[in-house]
Amino acid sequence: MRSDRSSRRRLALAAIWLRKSPFQTSEQPLNSLASSIARRAMFSGRLNLIDRPLSKGKSEVSLSAFSFLFSEMVQYSQTQVSNIGELERRLEDAGYSIGLRLLEMLCFRERNSKREIKLLDALKFVHSTVWKYLFGRQARDLEQSNAADDEYMISDSDLFVNKFISVPKDMGQLNCAAFVAGIVRGVLDSAGFPARVTAHFVPVPGQPRPKTTILMKFDASVLQRDSALPSG
Amino acid sequence: METINSEIFTLMYGSIVRQLITDLEDIGEVNKQLDTMGYNIGVRLIDEFLAKSRTAACTDFRDSAEKVAKVGFRMFLNTTANVTNWNPENTECSLVLEDNPLTDFVELPEGCSKLKYCNVLCGVIRGALEMVNLQVECDFVKDTLRGDELNEIRLKLVSEGTEAYPFKDDD
Repeated sequence: MRSDRSSRRRLALAAIWLRKSPFQTSEQPLNSLASSIARRAMFSGRLNLIDRPLSKGKSEVSLSAFSFLFSEMVQYSQTQVSNIGELERRLEDAGYSIGLRLLEMLCFRERNSKREIKLLDALKFVHSTVWKYLFGRQARDLEQSNAADDEYMISDSDLFVNKFISVPKDMGQLNCAAFVAGIVRGVLDSAGFPARVTAHFVPVPGQPRPKTTILMKFDASVLQRDSALPSG
Repeated sequence: METINSEIFTLMYGSIVRQLITDLEDIGEVNKQLDTMGYNIGVRLIDEFLAKSRTAACTDFRDSAEKVAKVGFRMFLNTTANVTNWNPENTECSLVLEDNPLTDFVELPEGCSKLKYCNVLCGVIRGALEMVNLQVECDFVKDTLRGDELNEIRLKLVSEGTEAYPFKDDD
């Protein structure tokens, strides 16, 4: 019992420290955390999940395992919804919960607990770090929409999420990359940039398959805050 | 063989289990649903397994269990399982998994102690073997999420079907 409470407290503290990181980075709390983990390890046999060191994230799994599981998820979601919009929303929600957790882990691992506070930097983070983590490469394009200045788009083609999915005609414009859109929404939300994120197919002249565009429409509060920040 | 980062796989599976628990609320139902999903996956996975691994037909159940543990797990999950604890008639065995990519960042909360988190693996094995005419029962007896040292799946051979051809000779 006591170990559970102390580990939960440690996790809560760690969450607060990580959340503070855009404005102050401090090495000290993490050092004392490390020593208390070492002390706890001496008394219990198997380390608690939170006390175990974070893996490097280099292990791999076959694409087919992922595709099978993803197809089951889509099929299960189809039984729970009645139209395409709801199906996309369910996929997005699944991705959202992943994105929330992904930001903490990626910032801790790659960026040494420093997080972006400006909009453009956050977009570049999604475009490069998050995409490299998910797909092994950077996204193809990052552009701002001509129509509105609160809309940004990340485009890519041949996402492996859609590799083994064929959409029947009666499903219209369903794009299962709504899952990836949900991940992006979770990452942005967790970083403090609430947005509406959706995935669309955009035909590309000269290419047989359309590319997938993740459209992000940010809240007005985000743009206001960003213009108030000192630039540079 | 194309591979992806295993963590996105782990996180997606966690997301699926979370969605199931929110939808179904009864842990027994969630276990059953995970098993059904695994079964559906297994039924299709066996085709890919046979195509990619190009193994010869297995001689007996021991051979099948070894193939599942060594080739199957390595091909899809990039981890191996050991086959131990055979019973005297060679119809039951245990597959022991040390590290399971599905449970990398997972901790079960107090309310979900009956949840068989990796039940989808049992379903996959059951579905895949059923398509090659081996009816098996598959269950987790030891689970790292519930405090044991390793994961152990108990595999029981129920019956062996005969090979049924989908066409008639006189057509």
